[in-house]
Amino acid sequence: MSVAENQAAAGRGSARAVAILSSLGRFLVVAVTTYLGLLAVTFFIGRVIPIDPVLAVLGDRAPTAVVERTRREMGLDLPWIEQFYLYVKAALRGDFGTSVLTTNPVMSDIRRVFPATIELATLGTIIGAVIGVPLGVLAAVKRGSLIDQIARVVGLIGYSVPIFWLGLLGLVLFYAKLQWIAFPARLDVVYEYTFTPITGFYLLDAAIQGQWDVFHDAWRHIVLPAALLGYLSLAYISRMTRSFMLNELAQEYIVAARAKGLSERRIIWGHALRNAAVPMVTVIALSYANLLEGSVLTETVFSWPGIGLYITNSLQNADMNAVLGGTIAIGSVFIAINLLSDLLYRLLDPRTKAG
Amino acid sequence: MSAETIQSRREWLLSDRPASRLQARLGRAYVAWRRFSANRLALVGMLIIIALVAVAALADVLAPYSATVGDLKNARLLAPSAAHWFGTDDLGRDIYSRIVYGARWTLYVVILVAIIAAPIGLLVGTVAGYAGGWTDTILMRITDIFLAFPKLVLALAFVAALGPGIENAVLAIAITSWPPYARIARAETLTVRNSDYIKAVQLMGASPFRIVLRHIMPLCISSLIIRVTLDMAGIILTAAGLGFLGLGAQPPLPEWGAMIASGRRFILDQWWVAAAPGAAILIVSLGFNLLGDGLRDALDPRSGDQ
Amino acid sequence: MSGDTLLEVDDLRVTFPTRTGLVQAVRGVSFSLGRERLGIVGESGSGKSQTGRAIMGLTPPQAEVSARKLAFDGIDLLSISPRERRALRGNRIAMILQDPKYSLDPVMTIGRQIVETLRTHEKVSKAEARERALAMLQAVQIRDPARVFDLYPHEVSGGMGQRAMIAMMLITGPELMIADEPTSALDVTVQLDVLKILDKLVAERGMGLIFISHDLRLVSSFCDRVVVMYAGKVVEQIEASELRDAQHPYTRGLLNCMPRIGFERHPLPVLDRKPEWAA
Ligand SMILES: Nc1ncnc2c1ncn2[C@@H]1O[C@H](COP(=O)(O)OP(=O)(O)O)[C@@H](O)[C@H]1O
Ligand SMILES: [Mg+2]
Repeated sequence: MSVAENQAAAGRGSARAVAILSSLGRFLVVAVTTYLGLLAVTFFIGRVIPIDPVLAVLGDRAPTAVVERTRREMGLDLPWIEQFYLYVKAALRGDFGTSVLTTNPVMSDIRRVFPATIELATLGTIIGAVIGVPLGVLAAVKRGSLIDQIARVVGLIGYSVPIFWLGLLGLVLFYAKLQWIAFPARLDVVYEYTFTPITGFYLLDAAIQGQWDVFHDAWRHIVLPAALLGYLSLAYISRMTRSFMLNELAQEYIVAARAKGLSERRIIWGHALRNAAVPMVTVIALSYANLLEGSVLTETVFSWPGIGLYITNSLQNADMNAVLGGTIAIGSVFIAINLLSDLLYRLLDPRTKAG
Repeated sequence: MSAETIQSRREWLLSDRPASRLQARLGRAYVAWRRFSANRLALVGMLIIIALVAVAALADVLAPYSATVGDLKNARLLAPSAAHWFGTDDLGRDIYSRIVYGARWTLYVVILVAIIAAPIGLLVGTVAGYAGGWTDTILMRITDIFLAFPKLVLALAFVAALGPGIENAVLAIAITSWPPYARIARAETLTVRNSDYIKAVQLMGASPFRIVLRHIMPLCISSLIIRVTLDMAGIILTAAGLGFLGLGAQPPLPEWGAMIASGRRFILDQWWVAAAPGAAILIVSLGFNLLGDGLRDALDPRSGDQ
Repeated sequence: MSGDTLLEVDDLRVTFPTRTGLVQAVRGVSFSLGRERLGIVGESGSGKSQTGRAIMGLTPPQAEVSARKLAFDGIDLLSISPRERRALRGNRIAMILQDPKYSLDPVMTIGRQIVETLRTHEKVSKAEARERALAMLQAVQIRDPARVFDLYPHEVSGGMGQRAMIAMMLITGPELMIADEPTSALDVTVQLDVLKILDKLVAERGMGLIFISHDLRLVSSFCDRVVVMYAGKVVEQIEASELRDAQHPYTRGLLNCMPRIGFERHPLPVLDRKPEWAA
């Protein structure tokens, strides 16, 4: 080994530490500006667009005393920039005001409904990844074959179908006609009162407590909406997997792996997919974030008591605090997943570890 | 026209040594068209879009009934039949006629969103790319921030504040869909910014404003068109979603998403009320996706596998 | 072992179907090889790599390979099953590619990649595989094998990467090695080191070597015999020692193109190409 290489090796440790710190710093800057951007937009929507933000928050039937108090609380007599400062400060404390509809603080409402959405989106992403990744791999390996065509059509339809419509048709078929699944809700009414959730993820809670009848009931309620979201995510994941795999399979290290006498199976799953897995993490994370958003329409169709249904119910009742609080909640998680997936990408790829 | 003249025309188009700029340009277009038309699915997509435009244009001829006024007394919630191909809705309106007229609203939404969002993105991207430095950093940071937002939820919040209606829905969708265009325009600008061609224009004393407007923007158009076409399906789906939630087009407009919403109440017994408009959305979105894929493969063969 | 010939190639052809028609990358190449070092030279695109890959059985699936004879150690390579072919690859016939930056799997440590070759072809325990991989890294003159074993390809220099590549391909003790421009992507300063290591190992282990290069001088100093290719055909086969007396104008052209220290030549010679050589 040359002298230069030895020196480089010695310097690598500290260089890596610096690189990690600087990428962490960059990460924080991006996270903070993006979050401030989100708050700026919701501030704009809530305070700048409406002619009278107080009426937008309270509706026009509130008593004058309440209106006046709220006006002072919102600091509407202050300059814009100061108002925004107070807005950000409140938001950081988790204070998004009070919901007119539920009369609770918006934050406590969100805490109550968010687990339902997370449960749905998680299950959807698992379905999408478990089917989408192998489908994409097969489509790439057998490029131009029947399975590639099928994957393509399945994916294109996933990109083109209105999910709420598919959900309605699914209800007609699986609930009304075949009676395979339960009516739109999270649990049957019987269980609504007897079941005590722990984490808020009902499938998990039922399993922990060994209440398998509840588990079965929860499953019958979640399976269709989760399958639909899973389909959306499958369309995206399989398409991206195919594209990443085609890219990897064209690399020289694949020729080298063949020259080593490895089996095709080992080359595809052990080498090509391992390399594709690095960008796949980002794709799966993005698809998860998209499902959180997609849940707005799905939850409406399936009366699924998550954040999406919360937002649409609030919309129908002109409950602006709740709408914007929900928007910030989904936006924050969405942004966090985006940024974390970027960070994860850096951690997973040995090439970017050093910088 | 004889086979021979066709043959020689093809040779002229495919010449390795085009004699004029026009010949080179036509030749490239011809090659792209051949690649595009060899892709059967892309042709299907194009046919769907042509059909959409034709239906929208000829709605008055094609629709046998009014889109907004129904026969409340005799024609409520009829199943599909020869008189009413897709049945009738709860107000006795012919669903087929409403879908035909709905094509107009679909086109209205995608065209308006495209002509609002694409120029914003083009402007932001080319200015950022050409100016560089702090301008670039700030503009791109803003773009990235918008890119990191959940689009549908943000559009929902916008419409909630602006008030429901198809114009506000268009505005909300446009506000959330320009960032990818800015990124594309910036990338294209960066590749040409330091080219000899732009240098020559600079030496001739053209102002930055003129250079961006006359020389850089036109170079970004083709990749922008591909991207906009690929986004059309997403725009249609978002607009339909807003319509479904009652935030987009308001009754009695025959907008497809709103039609599904009104059919939702009868979904278990009169499923056709919601089925037909959803199928229309699916077909048109599919058409745009197929067309966009085909365009991308034809104009940018490198990304064909992506 | 059947006699002295390790590899027999007779009228090898590789044809690619493309949009514009058939492209004949290799058009009737013939040569045979014992336990010696054979060089294949020719300009870029002359079909050297495709010849090497056809022998390995690594021709892209859309291409067509045919030959009157393509035999390794008496085994007819074109008639055996893909599975049998794979058992030969990396085991008895190995190949080194041009650029370690691209030919090593970027997300797998060097050690695991070497062990993988070994364990694909021999039933050995994990511990033994590791020992042998470390020994092999030592054999390609890597000073600190235990450290390099756990490094990722991007963490080592090009010269070291290529040594790791050699280790990965030699660990099973192949009888024939195809080295496709093994030093072209490396810094000039380490090219010679890598060549020396390769030369030593080939000599010690009594392997046959096909050394592919566009650099006639390198090939002539390194090989026993030289095959000169042009447009998919062999235009001349010659002992390296007799290269100075090469008859074919293309070979002479390649020779003349090589810069010689101390001579300034103006204008620089241009490589002559005549369509009839390819006929
Ligand atoms: N995948 C392919 N499709 C079509 N033609 C190819 C392909 N790969 C190689 N060729 C053709 O084969 C010829 C020989 O290539 P190659 O053996 O790589 O040349 P060399 O190694 O001598 O530079 C090239 O001229 C090229 O046109
Ligand atoms: Mg080569």
